[in-house]
Amino acid sequence: MDHQPPPFFKRGPAPVALLSFYVALSAALLVVDVRLQTLEVLRQALSMFTHPVQQFAHLPAQVLDNAGGYFASLTRLQDENAQLKRSRLDNVAILLRTQQLEVENERLRKLLGVKQRQQASGQVAQILYAARDPYSRRIVVDKGQQDKVVAGQPVIDDAGIVGQVTRVYPFVAEVTLITDKEQAVPVQIVRTGLRSVVFGLGNGQLELRFLPANADVQNGDVLVTSGLDGVFLPGFPVARVVHIERDTSYSFARIFCMPLAGVENFSEVMVLDPRPAISLPEQLASEAARREVKPGAKAGPGKKKRLKKD
Amino acid sequence: MQTSYSSSRILLPVRPWFIASTLLIALLFNFLPTANWPGVPDWVALALVFWCVREPRRVGMGLAFLFGLAMDVADASLLGQHALAYVLVAYGASSLSRRILWFPLGQQALQVFPLLLLVQLVQLGVRTIVGADFPGLAYFVGPCLAALLWPLLTFVLLLPQHQPVDRDANRPL
Repeated sequence: MDHQPPPFFKRGPAPVALLSFYVALSAALLVVDVRLQTLEVLRQALSMFTHPVQQFAHLPAQVLDNAGGYFASLTRLQDENAQLKRSRLDNVAILLRTQQLEVENERLRKLLGVKQRQQASGQVAQILYAARDPYSRRIVVDKGQQDKVVAGQPVIDDAGIVGQVTRVYPFVAEVTLITDKEQAVPVQIVRTGLRSVVFGLGNGQLELRFLPANADVQNGDVLVTSGLDGVFLPGFPVARVVHIERDTSYSFARIFCMPLAGVENFSEVMVLDPRPAISLPEQLASEAARREVKPGAKAGPGKKKRLKKD
Repeated sequence: MQTSYSSSRILLPVRPWFIASTLLIALLFNFLPTANWPGVPDWVALALVFWCVREPRRVGMGLAFLFGLAMDVADASLLGQHALAYVLVAYGASSLSRRILWFPLGQQALQVFPLLLLVQLVQLGVRTIVGADFPGLAYFVGPCLAALLWPLLTFVLLLPQHQPVDRDANRPL
């Protein structure tokens, strides 16, 4: 056995031991966050510390903003007010008719026995800032758990879909923009009714993927949400086709779109209420329930999970 | 003005609250809206490297890990991404501190630059594994600017440790 003399100065564990401990801890956090996504509580707890610091850091910008608003000239505000009044009068006829049409549509749907459309409702939220992460496109809005925001709610502005709430903190919520690389929105082309899914590209544009090279798509086509995902309500404008590359050597056309909503602007947005889960038709539901019982207790939770997703 | 082979000046001991407040101010700088501009340095990484080089026994991997977690939560990035980068850099800075301090400030900046670059490279590696795109070369302008700021940062952060200049003929030092 070899005996070492006691150290003169207590310096804690060796640097390499500490390094491996912290690196292992960070790697574990990374893997759990990427694969399992079960660290939301830890994030929320840490945000209780970082959120006040962030608010404080954004104070100067807000003060400048408010000062600018305070010193805005009276004439400009009067102009704006008059313009808004005029546009409200312009819109009022359309709005009144739309309300009547919606009621009529509802009645006709009831007559036909088709499922009723859900009314769009939600709460207005202010965009606080864009997240600093250069790899993703996310914004932070000032509504959180306190306002009963939950992950998955769609976010719109006055022109169309902005994104989707992906993470909720006590006082703020993170919205992934539709231009983010990992965001996909099921859409429908208004002109033809063709259904597809639009993916973000990460550079402010969107791409319609997996449409055949001879698909009926033109520049200027407007894409609206198809509502097939059960998350976005159908009929909200998403993007406009700006550029199509048809290369006969590939089986798919490359179709680039620009978002219609002011996705990269800083303004107010509306967080729409979540859609209720679509229930299965009775026959399928009873079949699923029967199957759930048969294979024993072990398959129960898995089946339930899949049902919930549907 | 610094303790190296060429300086004749002795610095006062650093106060722990000063280290803590500079790190917090760096965190605040990272949360400013300017942090979204291309080429703005990662202030927390810079402050951590500075204190790991200057005071390797007070600031180390533990603080780096905590500040990394705070950055991860505030940045909406993966949890552990900044933490991993900061821990590695804190280790590098504190193990190189004896060598770095031996050089004049300009050459110190040259030695610090790879450490600051490592912060970005580790994060880029982590995100690439997960499937993100390369964010562009502007991502690496930050560390260059941070390395250029090193002499200025050293001057500012060591100001509270400077002794008042009063010449006393009877004092040995």
